[in-house]
Amino acid sequence: MILQVIFLIISAAAITLFSLNVRKIIRNIKLGKDLDRSDRPAERMKTMLKVAFGQSKMVKKPLAAVLHLFVYVGFVIINLEVLEIIIDGLFGTHRIFAQPLGAIYDVLIAGFEILAALVLIGVIAFFARRNILKIKRFTGTEMTDWPRSDANIILIVEVLLMTAFLLMNAADQKLQQLGSAHYINAGTFPVSGLLLALLPDSESSLLLIERFCWWFHIIGIFGFLNYLPYSKHLHIIMAFPNTWYSNLEPKGKFSNMASVSNEVKAMLDPSYVPEPVAEGSRFGAKDIHDLTWKSLMDAYTCTECGRCTSVCPANQTGKLLSPRKIMMDTRDRLVEVGNTIDKHGKDHQDGKSLLDNYITREEIWACTTCNACTDACPVNIDPLSIIIELRRFAVMEESQAPASINNMFSNVENNGAPWKYAAVDRMNWAEND
Amino acid sequence: MDKLTVPTMAEMLAKGETPEILFWVGCAGSFDERAQKITRDICKILQHVGLKFAILGTEESCTGDPAKRAGNEFLFQMQAMSNIQVLNGYEIKKIVTGCPHCFNTIKNEYPGLGGNYEVIHHSQLIQQLIDEGKLKTEGGESFKGKRITFHDPCYLGRANDVYEAPRKALEVLDADLVEMKRCKSNGLCCGAGGAQMFKEPEKGTKDINIERIDEALALQPNIVAASCPFCMTMLSDGVKNYNKEEEVKVLDIAEITVRANGL
Repeated sequence: MILQVIFLIISAAAITLFSLNVRKIIRNIKLGKDLDRSDRPAERMKTMLKVAFGQSKMVKKPLAAVLHLFVYVGFVIINLEVLEIIIDGLFGTHRIFAQPLGAIYDVLIAGFEILAALVLIGVIAFFARRNILKIKRFTGTEMTDWPRSDANIILIVEVLLMTAFLLMNAADQKLQQLGSAHYINAGTFPVSGLLLALLPDSESSLLLIERFCWWFHIIGIFGFLNYLPYSKHLHIIMAFPNTWYSNLEPKGKFSNMASVSNEVKAMLDPSYVPEPVAEGSRFGAKDIHDLTWKSLMDAYTCTECGRCTSVCPANQTGKLLSPRKIMMDTRDRLVEVGNTIDKHGKDHQDGKSLLDNYITREEIWACTTCNACTDACPVNIDPLSIIIELRRFAVMEESQAPASINNMFSNVENNGAPWKYAAVDRMNWAEND
Repeated sequence: MDKLTVPTMAEMLAKGETPEILFWVGCAGSFDERAQKITRDICKILQHVGLKFAILGTEESCTGDPAKRAGNEFLFQMQAMSNIQVLNGYEIKKIVTGCPHCFNTIKNEYPGLGGNYEVIHHSQLIQQLIDEGKLKTEGGESFKGKRITFHDPCYLGRANDVYEAPRKALEVLDADLVEMKRCKSNGLCCGAGGAQMFKEPEKGTKDINIERIDEALALQPNIVAASCPFCMTMLSDGVKNYNKEEEVKVLDIAEITVRANGL
């Protein structure tokens, strides 16, 4: 009985804490500017099923795709087992689904074990790729101590959880063989069956191992759940809403700023009555409040895999720009702003901004807007739109563009071409054949 | 071939005629010497197949693409709205562009500002003409056995998912087509997009166009095919960097088509 109460308290605490953090994340995302992504629900559903659920964009790197698939499928399906664990924990039962499911239960447990083994293979391979093979994609200026540790913590926790799960099953199996009370004959154990020799024979030791692994596994899962909001691993949840709200337009189509249309229309036609624009809004983005909520959701979704950076022409030729850094900076700044709100209230200014304190001018001007990053992202994150918003701020609010870019602007303005040619010469090519 | 005649919309209107298609030349196509040649070749193709076309001539102005990518939305919308006034004034329905940047901007960004047209890139026009049997690839230079690799322009490829049209013009040549590892949606930018064409690159270890031409030259091609005037500049500079202008030609899809048809 007392164990059930402890279990209830731990579960309730874990779920409450997680909900509080989720609410904070939602509030932070809502700090962004409006953007309508409520159109075309059928197409959105299709995109989410294909890209997030179906992992369609992972396949560009086949080895990583297969290993990731192990971990992904394992994670999703083994969580069915967690349902049983929670019911057992709350009601003091043991393997509650075994009786009603009968033979199906055996198949399920066998399936979970195989998946757990595949997860272990995937996770160990991932750990090796990061720490032994030192794959270039996992390095870079933005991959400082914390992001590297974050990745390793996730992998180690997954190893521990899967090991506990398999050891628990092994001990359970041995207890079943001993005819121990409470341990009904249930499940087939293709993987943990191989571990039997490692376990002691005494019933009391086995009970201790089984219970320890059971509690370790479920507390580990609750702990991991509450680690997510602080980690890049949040992508396991965010991938779904983020792909739902994907940009469905052609990648080359950049937003036309309505606030600018107002002013340009008024310039071209003095009788035009401008539509009211939200107060305090500026052109482009200096800080996270100026970005759309979708850009902020993108930032929370990024799992720092670096596929964007590994295809970025600027980054590949040694420039400072890294699309992954753009996303990580945006999230770091967003979290900082969120924490400031928690501490000092909504209107407190900390004197910092995304541009300059996090992302430098050199980075934003190195972008070729080629869309390689947005194409490469397995969860449809769009670093390019953030870069463009930052450029818009630099150009339209501050007139701070590289001198040669300013020359180009004045050429377009005066000659109708980005170079210094007279507009009257525009058709000369037709004469000198 | 007959002498090239390039009518303007103003001339057409004066004669009470309407063209089937407007050829949007673009700034590079109008002023850049290398691109001017491609512009004339696109006109030759239009004239050869008897498609009634016109250009805006001196009434054409920059679409605003480089201004928009560089963050100057004011300048972009000024350009866009005045171009739309001109285009709508002539009741233009269909446009072919000689540049993927103009293509992308007019096709995707002008509708929201009141400019609705059917817009195609010249590689799509060539594909259509081949499919309709109007372009036959005969009577000109033979490309048989020549090694050709195509460089995807970002604003045609990833930006608008046009990958097959430019390849179609090459497939009919009976040439030896080879793909770079980074092709189609994985294509590497030439380095000129996003207004990079008009500025020096940031500090780095290599220029992007050199990275790209290294990949192309590794295939030992006779021809690097392009379909964007900016890519043309960047790739040609890359070839020049290795003093390989004699062995490796950088040619636009339109130029290749003109040569193959002896126009």
